[in-house]
Amino acid sequence: MNLDFSDDQKFLQDEAKKFFDKEGGLANARAVMDNSLEGDEKLWQKIIELGWTGIRIPEAYEGLGLGHLELCVVAEELGRSLAPVPFSSSVYFFTEALIKFGNEEIKSDLLPKLVSGEVVGTYGIAEDTHQATESNLSVAVNSENINGVKIAVPDAGIASHMILVVKSQSGTDLRLVNLGDASVTITPQKNLDTSRAFFKVEFKDTPSKLLGESGEGWSYIQHLLDQAAVLFAFEQVGGSQAALDMAKAYSMERFAFGRQIGSYQAIKHKLADMYIALTLAKSNCYYGAWALSSGSAELPLAAATARVSATKAFQLCSKENIQTHGGNGFTWEYDCHLFYKRSKVLSVLLGSEASWKEKLVSNLEKTNTLAKG
Amino acid sequence: MDFNDTPEQAKFRAKCREWLEANAELKENKSGGHSDSTLEDHLKVAKAWQQKKYEAGWAMLHWPKEYGGIEASPIERIIWGQEEAKFNVPGGIFEIGLGMCGPVMMQYATEEQKDRYLAPMAEGKEIWCQLFSEPAAGSDVAGLRSKAERDGDDWIINGQKVWTSGAHYSDFGILVVRHDPDVAKHKGLTFFFVDMKSPGITVKPIKQITGQAGTGAGFNEVYFDDVRIPDSQRLGEIGDGWKVAITTLMNERLAVGDAKGSDIEEALILSKTKDDAGEAMIKNDSVRERLADWFCEANGLKYTKFRTISALSKGEAPGPEASITKIVSANKLQEIGNFGIDSGDMAGMLIDENDGVSSFQGAWLGAPGLRIAGGTDEILRNVIAERVLGLPQDPRADKGIAFKDIPTKA
Repeated sequence: MNLDFSDDQKFLQDEAKKFFDKEGGLANARAVMDNSLEGDEKLWQKIIELGWTGIRIPEAYEGLGLGHLELCVVAEELGRSLAPVPFSSSVYFFTEALIKFGNEEIKSDLLPKLVSGEVVGTYGIAEDTHQATESNLSVAVNSENINGVKIAVPDAGIASHMILVVKSQSGTDLRLVNLGDASVTITPQKNLDTSRAFFKVEFKDTPSKLLGESGEGWSYIQHLLDQAAVLFAFEQVGGSQAALDMAKAYSMERFAFGRQIGSYQAIKHKLADMYIALTLAKSNCYYGAWALSSGSAELPLAAATARVSATKAFQLCSKENIQTHGGNGFTWEYDCHLFYKRSKVLSVLLGSEASWKEKLVSNLEKTNTLAKG
Repeated sequence: MDFNDTPEQAKFRAKCREWLEANAELKENKSGGHSDSTLEDHLKVAKAWQQKKYEAGWAMLHWPKEYGGIEASPIERIIWGQEEAKFNVPGGIFEIGLGMCGPVMMQYATEEQKDRYLAPMAEGKEIWCQLFSEPAAGSDVAGLRSKAERDGDDWIINGQKVWTSGAHYSDFGILVVRHDPDVAKHKGLTFFFVDMKSPGITVKPIKQITGQAGTGAGFNEVYFDDVRIPDSQRLGEIGDGWKVAITTLMNERLAVGDAKGSDIEEALILSKTKDDAGEAMIKNDSVRERLADWFCEANGLKYTKFRTISALSKGEAPGPEASITKIVSANKLQEIGNFGIDSGDMAGMLIDENDGVSSFQGAWLGAPGLRIAGGTDEILRNVIAERVLGLPQDPRADKGIAFKDIPTKA
């Protein structure tokens, strides 16, 4: 039994933690928020210099050629520090899509540029206020050209390229577009967490390239979502831990009625519940990491379980961190709201908690593989 | 990352398996088990199985070699437990003796006492119980009031213990009592072992909310009326009772696990097979939502356990993650029991004439007790907050004052 990361992976995580602390920790997310930026370009450049955008890119394409587990440990630290960079969009989605579904021409063109930072990618799924499904997509491709509007596209201001799922003659396609094309209009969309930037992206006869087989777009995007759900769950666990640490530190230093507030059971039990939710989420994430890294057929179930569990944990830890801080927690000055807002954005970014619970149960319905032992 | 044994672990597992296959029946080959048998029959079968294990060296794996153990590592104990659980064998009788009483005897008893008591304990010839909790000392067990008064070479014990598992069939027990009420709470305690057949000991089964009393490894009240214990049966110094009790409880912590009973698998099977207004229950959105929640909890606990085993497997000390196990599993058990009962609509409350209480009904009836035994939900939250997160202790109203002056009522 070895449900744990290797010493090398733990070392990488430790390096990542030190790196984000040294680079300013939460101050970076706050600066992006306060100055209405689209991300922290300086921090992003340093991440590129460390080679992390190429963690999963094979050495033949100038990447580090490492596995998903290395990505998991870096994700946890990105989450802990609320790093305001397009890492998830470009690495969890875009890069994975090219590795898995790109043809040789696309891979040899773009993968080395993702390593060098010349190319930054993102993804488009949502189109409207309703949940995207295989049958309700309106963005469509016709003889390689795309028309329509994707919304809530993360990092489109920084990204040079994008993958998106579109309606096609054979059903749905996964397609690649160059956001620098004159036919693309990118408009910022205000959102609850202004340490991250989201955009409306409009296509007018925009040229595109097919990824994988035509007609398979929806199943490809589901697979990419499952993979990303595990990685985002690690971000959520990192954020949960940071929010719990913050609540704990404050409950030790704040006095009320002549005592540290952390000596009151009302606060202790609140923090114990945060710890319980976090521990369940973390263990479910390890299961997700195993399924992701071993290419297991259990990935859809494992991803949904990690996702639901980590979404619950981060939302609980971030909201109760505010309450532990009392009035201070409701001020802009204290960092509590950074976690609260990020937890909300992460909880809907890949689809709502309800939609992932639905995926979880449909997997339980289909298979008879259940938790044993 | 994988779920495989190391080569040494695989070898040990094969060894366990080989012996078990030669000496017991796999569960899938035989249903039921021993639950319907009388207590006497169950004790007989359990003692015979323990004797068999003892002779083959499987009875007390973690004990030191000088007392007949094989000094098995925690991971080997887990492997043995996993394999033994697959076989239709009796259990639940010797855990307190082997897990708590044996180790405390090894540490504090004289050589003659160890020679006299350890082998029969390991062989299953003599059963041991633990006498700590009292009617007025549950979560605050150091507040116990049973008295020990010195009389020559003996101590005279008066008072009452409660929630003593197996007292009604035990031969010996370990006991904490108060020898001095004039000093602070933790300082006035002394630890003994006692012959449960001593004159003055009365054991009364507790009737629980399940309606059961004195069945299986049930709970008891134990009364002490002028019970004499020789001073030679004192374990540790006079006044060191709390220290010895804590050592014992640390040994117990290794043994506390999941709340057994209806879990997500059973809820899922029920949801798939049972109709609700003409449609399988699993088609109902509120059922789906709850199944998702329980799966996340059950799966989270499963992989929490795997993380602990992984650390032990590498010879590392496990993290504090296992501290969440009971609080999550006992509450989940209560919810799933409740769900199973509700699924029957008006019939859910009825008890089947032939089959008796269903497993969902049993879970619902038993779960409140599991949320108390071995640490209440509230105490466990305090433990997580104080020992795992490092939050400060509550200020204690009984600190630094003589036990007899501690307030007991408003």
